[in-house]
Amino acid sequence: MPEVFVTTSDQLPEGGRATVRAGKHEIGVIRAKGKLHAFLNLCPHQGGPVCAGLMIHKVEEIIAEDHTYQGMRFNEDVLHIVCPWHGWEFDIETGKCAGDGAVGLRRFTAVERDANVYVIV
Amino acid sequence: MHFRSSTPAYDMNIEGFHTGEHLANARAQADARGLDDVLVVDVDSHHYETDNLAEILEYIEDPALKQLAINTYAYKGATSVLVDQPGYQDGGGRVTRYMERKHEKIDLTGRPREVEQTLRWMDALSVDYACLFPTPMLFLGLHPQHEVEVGMARAYNRWLTDNVTPTCKRLKTMLYLPFNDPEATYRMVKEFGHKEGVIGFMVVSTRYKPVYDNAYMKTYALLEEMGLPLSFHASYHWNDQLVSLTNRFITAHAVGFTFFNAVHCANWVINGLPERFPKLKVIWIESGLAWVPWLMQRLDNDFRMRTSEAPSLKRLPSDYMREMYYTTQPMEMVNNMEALELTFKMINADTQLLYSSDYPHWDMDLPSTIWDLKFLSEQSKRNILGLNAKRIFNLDISDRFPAQAPAAGAMAPAK
Ligand code: FES
Repeated sequence: MPEVFVTTSDQLPEGGRATVRAGKHEIGVIRAKGKLHAFLNLCPHQGGPVCAGLMIHKVEEIIAEDHTYQGMRFNEDVLHIVCPWHGWEFDIETGKCAGDGAVGLRRFTAVERDANVYVIV
Repeated sequence: MHFRSSTPAYDMNIEGFHTGEHLANARAQADARGLDDVLVVDVDSHHYETDNLAEILEYIEDPALKQLAINTYAYKGATSVLVDQPGYQDGGGRVTRYMERKHEKIDLTGRPREVEQTLRWMDALSVDYACLFPTPMLFLGLHPQHEVEVGMARAYNRWLTDNVTPTCKRLKTMLYLPFNDPEATYRMVKEFGHKEGVIGFMVVSTRYKPVYDNAYMKTYALLEEMGLPLSFHASYHWNDQLVSLTNRFITAHAVGFTFFNAVHCANWVINGLPERFPKLKVIWIESGLAWVPWLMQRLDNDFRMRTSEAPSLKRLPSDYMREMYYTTQPMEMVNNMEALELTFKMINADTQLLYSSDYPHWDMDLPSTIWDLKFLSEQSKRNILGLNAKRIFNLDISDRFPAQAPAAGAMAPAK
């Protein structure tokens, strides 16, 4: 399977992102949680450029043992990327839509070699 | 532009926002579907009048109100004359264009920034004509001072028809009616109904004035006589007593944008206004579609038991509702396509449904939301995307489709 050069490793620090065109696809490569994640830059909702969105941790409700609501917090184990068109959120590790697990982003494999980042298409 | 995340490692900076780039995927969609060959009329889109508020305030006619508004605006901003409310339409920066569009660089070519920015998204979405509405003014129906609603409506309408609509044939508007003052509402239609680019008038639904009040009858009659549609544009207010029962914006929006239109529509039908004004075209904007079958069924069921409370009706309430017009957005694209298909059938979508994007708001819908519906014929798609609007607004589309055959709307446009 062909590899497509994306960028050099130093251009992709934690929280950084780059996009690359591979044939008819635009693929976003993101370094987050210490790993590379690559997705088709096309949101399953209405086709927005999802890889250009804000990365933000999952929001959770704090419910006490007595079932009372105690506020909200970020779950720092689960990072989302948010499509900037309407706000659909996706788990950065699985690509699954947070609001509807039946849909998700199309994933690609990104590899790092000799201080360069490639995506396999 | 700096966007704060949950932790600084994921804070994001976006520089050089360009609407066309933000919507590059929309442009690709339009190309893939050949939408440049299809008439697309967007019946509900927005700009932010607050971007030009200082200019608009100069249009206020009442000198005392103008003096108050201008000085208060200097330190307090738009709430000097507009009603604000809590809320996070942008989802706390998740929908990035809210923050970015304000600082978008636009080279001016003699037309207002407003126009150039609007054309950027219209071109990306392949929209030929857009009906432009304000944004924060959608809450003005709850302003406690009716004279402020009248003053701002007149100022905005004069500003828009002086500066925006005459500069570009692709921009249309249904002008804001200060509905809390029936006399001023009537005068507005009389005075502005013939202005360039005015294709109808709009009532912001979020208010406590009933549509059946006798004080409005002469306005409805005038609109009917002029052949201009009357639209009801949904909005919400989180401080409204009922909506304030909700504690999340999602809930405030889901119910708030629906029920004022549902109440006004029910009043419109049950009071027999379609019988009194059979030629008046009435459009319900931005409540989505799912509420329409719900209300049809509720009213039809009750009407058979309580016919004497709606004695003007010669048919079932749903029969009248099927003759009204509805805009598409925010279309409930549920996983159950059968529900959507049935909704389209129940509202006679083929002739009554009008595409709307609501751009640039967070829940905007692209033309592909209609074009990609498998249960529609190609002709139905064309009707909903543009031909229905062309018919009811009597639009001249010759600048975009110079060689058009009126009934087909499918010739190559001058894009
Ligand atoms: S297109 Fe991505 S959230 Fe709508």
